[in-house]
Amino acid sequence: MNVFGLMIPDAVIDAAVLVLILVGALLCLFAAIGLLRFRDVPSRLHAATKPQVLGLLLICLGIALSQRSIGGILLGLVLVAPIVLMQFATAPLSAHMVGRQAYRNGSIEQRNLVVDELADSKQTPPAAG
Amino acid sequence: MSILLGVIMVVFGVAALLTVIRIVRGPSILDRAVASDVLLTEVMCVLGAEMAINGHTRSIPVLLIIAAIGVFGSIAVARFVARRDNTTP
Repeated sequence: MNVFGLMIPDAVIDAAVLVLILVGALLCLFAAIGLLRFRDVPSRLHAATKPQVLGLLLICLGIALSQRSIGGILLGLVLVAPIVLMQFATAPLSAHMVGRQAYRNGSIEQRNLVVDELADSKQTPPAAG
Repeated sequence: MSILLGVIMVVFGVAALLTVIRIVRGPSILDRAVASDVLLTEVMCVLGAEMAINGHTRSIPVLLIIAAIGVFGSIAVARFVARRDNTTP
């Protein structure tokens, strides 16, 4: 028996894909709400980077799942894996760059910080880069 | 099913609208860079959702390119932003 040609019933696939996309869309909405409600740049980064990557992961799973047969789902997983890996690699990169520049820029609310481990480095001129 | 499709469209639209509001209002350019990044990822999510709903895989190269080079916008803005740009809150 050919396992890869096994078809999954259409109703199951459609319902699962729509639920995955709905959860991904809700995570996008939560990221946008956090972006609008939080007050300074690092808090907004916190809202911007995490929920959305998870939402994209769920939507990519939905893309793979919408291929309807076992072999198609495996091929879809192979196709969407580079997208998810690329997003996992680049989201912390941009968040790190923006967060560092936000700290040097002074767009952090100092009274919200419990401990400021970089306070000493602000006394000396920061290195370029 | 069509009700669920409508809910998905409304949720994506509201999320994009809130992000655009942050881009317009954002006090510093870093806020706008972060919000633009979120909007770009949301475009990726919408493209992926359209692919999954319609059952084709033609937009996967677009998703791959956006995921690969979308980060350069934030990095360039963060790298070359002025030391103090939010003197007027």
